[in-house]
Amino acid sequence: MSTLLSNLYIGLTLASIFLLVGLGLTFTFGQMGVINMAHGEFIMAGAYVPFVLQTTVFASLQGVALLVALPVSFVVAGLLGLVLERVLLRRMYDRPLDTLLVTFGISLLLQQAAKSIFSANNKDVVTPTFLRGQWDVLGVSMTHARLFVVVLVLLALLGVWVFLTRLPAGRRMRAVMQNRDLAAVSGLPTGRVDGTTFFLGSGLAGIAGVAVALIGPIGFGTGTAYILSAFLVVIVGGFGKLRGAIIAAVALGVLNAYVEHFTSSTIGKAAVFAFVILFLQFKPNGIVSLKTRGLTA
Amino acid sequence: MGAKGSWRLPVAGIVGAALLAAGCSSSSSTVETGGSTAPKSEAGNTVKVGVLQSLSGTMAISEVAVKNSALLAIKEINASGGVLGKQIEPLVEDGESKPEVFATKAEKLISKDKVSVVFGGWTSSSRKAMKPVVEGTKSLLFYPVQYEGLEVSPNIFYTGATTNQQIIPALDYLKEKSLTKIFLVGSDYVFPRTANKEIKAYAAANGIEVLGEEYLQLGDTNVQGIVSKVLAAKPQAVFNTLNGDSNVSFFKELKAKGNTTAAIQTVSVSIAEEEVPGVGVDNLAGHLVSWNYYQTTDNPRNKAFVAAYQKEYGADKPTSDPMQAGYNSVYLWKAAVEKAGSFEVDKVRTAAAGVSIEAPEGTLTIDAKNHHVFKTARIGMINAKGQIDEVWNSGKPIAPDPCLDTYSWAAGLATGQARAECDKVK
Repeated sequence: MSTLLSNLYIGLTLASIFLLVGLGLTFTFGQMGVINMAHGEFIMAGAYVPFVLQTTVFASLQGVALLVALPVSFVVAGLLGLVLERVLLRRMYDRPLDTLLVTFGISLLLQQAAKSIFSANNKDVVTPTFLRGQWDVLGVSMTHARLFVVVLVLLALLGVWVFLTRLPAGRRMRAVMQNRDLAAVSGLPTGRVDGTTFFLGSGLAGIAGVAVALIGPIGFGTGTAYILSAFLVVIVGGFGKLRGAIIAAVALGVLNAYVEHFTSSTIGKAAVFAFVILFLQFKPNGIVSLKTRGLTA
Repeated sequence: MGAKGSWRLPVAGIVGAALLAAGCSSSSSTVETGGSTAPKSEAGNTVKVGVLQSLSGTMAISEVAVKNSALLAIKEINASGGVLGKQIEPLVEDGESKPEVFATKAEKLISKDKVSVVFGGWTSSSRKAMKPVVEGTKSLLFYPVQYEGLEVSPNIFYTGATTNQQIIPALDYLKEKSLTKIFLVGSDYVFPRTANKEIKAYAAANGIEVLGEEYLQLGDTNVQGIVSKVLAAKPQAVFNTLNGDSNVSFFKELKAKGNTTAAIQTVSVSIAEEEVPGVGVDNLAGHLVSWNYYQTTDNPRNKAFVAAYQKEYGADKPTSDPMQAGYNSVYLWKAAVEKAGSFEVDKVRTAAAGVSIEAPEGTLTIDAKNHHVFKTARIGMINAKGQIDEVWNSGKPIAPDPCLDTYSWAAGLATGQARAECDKVK
């Protein structure tokens, strides 16, 4: 029983990471169709933020540094995304496949920049006292650091949901994504909306960076470790669908945890990909797909 | 970042085979023109040597420091009069973290630049890619990193540890401390799998119980499953052959789960001074590592080395085992050349047998037959400052035994090509 529960916990915490790194992509890739290979480097940029804060401004206040890092990393990664969109990507919205190459190049540039600024060695973010330790519930030991990630992803989801459904800016964003031409003739500044979308999506990657800094390595390669999971969640979930992304992340995380428990880490991963391949045979548009009668889906 | 990877083995094999063919044909043309394998690099007042490490790509993080320490040794030797009266001229090439590039660049250094010797390589796949090149052209390679053993080449000198100078002493130490229930965790490629095969053979013969064996793909940071398996098995120690970023997640998770070294001790063979800050001193303090050298190794030769290295490359730069081996490689070659009185490969190779130097890690002697080096094994404990304190050493340099022929429990581990190579030098 406790094995069953502890693997459920592992699966859910894994899902929370999948979801957090993939959430930003549901905007930039899912809604705008930009295959943003640099999304991982926005995560990386976010991961460096708590390191910088802990070693400079808040040298003796590690907990404060981590909490301050959340909004700061959102802005830092968001601005990186905004610059990328305004300078390069807006010129190539009719060529989605080219964005793959361009953003791949950008990701290499950002990795090299990280090496130049921070050296090639990994950096360490000190886990603040309030995130050390664990709770034992029904024989499952849950570490505070992982629970923090779960809470963070729930808050991020709530924020995104409020933004998309309750705020005018969010409604404008959905309008542009669902039908760009109609939105434009209705008087929406689609260019500015694109910028906002990219800022938001990239900023979420920054927040994901702070979360993964607590549990994994912080270095120039941090982004590459998570980019695949991010795309997987968006593709399986259905392009740009929050609900789909949540279901996909939970399904893949839990599947991975259980298969790994009974076999090995490598087979757990293989099982996830085998499942994704099979699944996409039957539902090529993902778990939740927008049904439309228009020719431009 | 650790060592000896071979995650591109198939590619390396194909490229290696192709280059073996290429190497054969080019060496036969050398015979026609001159009949001698002596490189013409020593013309004039300089002698050319190749330094071939990854300066870009995923391995650059580790290998740049090895290149730097080799260049430091060359600079020091030149300042004190060079080798046989000639100044050393280093030609630095980038292996790009790709085995096939190592093979091409090694061939370029040997055939085009006519270097007397090549210093370089880190991953096992890079070494295996260069091996047919240096064997085909009958030239010299000094390889500076500890590796999985079971290899002998007439043209390669191995200046890092082989398994009986790193892994077996670590197991002896665990046994001495009565930590006899162990769990094996490693990255999923040739070095950890080979090492674990040897560890399991040792364990079976020495009353050590192996409670589990788990692998993570290189770079994988999803460690929760493995850590929970380790904790559930309740071992006394974990023998860790994880490489690179996986170590960060592994030790963070172990710490978060409340593990202390009193409950589960770990011994790592791929974490050195350079990697400690990246994993987090907090997460590593009190854990064990096994190498032949630490920055804290206490002798005058090492104090001079650390001071010279930090003067050249920065006071905050740590020194570690592999870079120290890169530094020693140059001095070992110099000693062999001076004993031979010549830069000719055959003479240097013969003269190298029994050559000895005083290195930062202690006295090093080249084994007459297998081209490995006598080294002192040292177990270290990571301290709160991120440095490593020696807690045990083997007392005297251990004779290298890459084929593990002197261990009865290891019978049958060397098979195929490894067996054939080992039998040649028995």
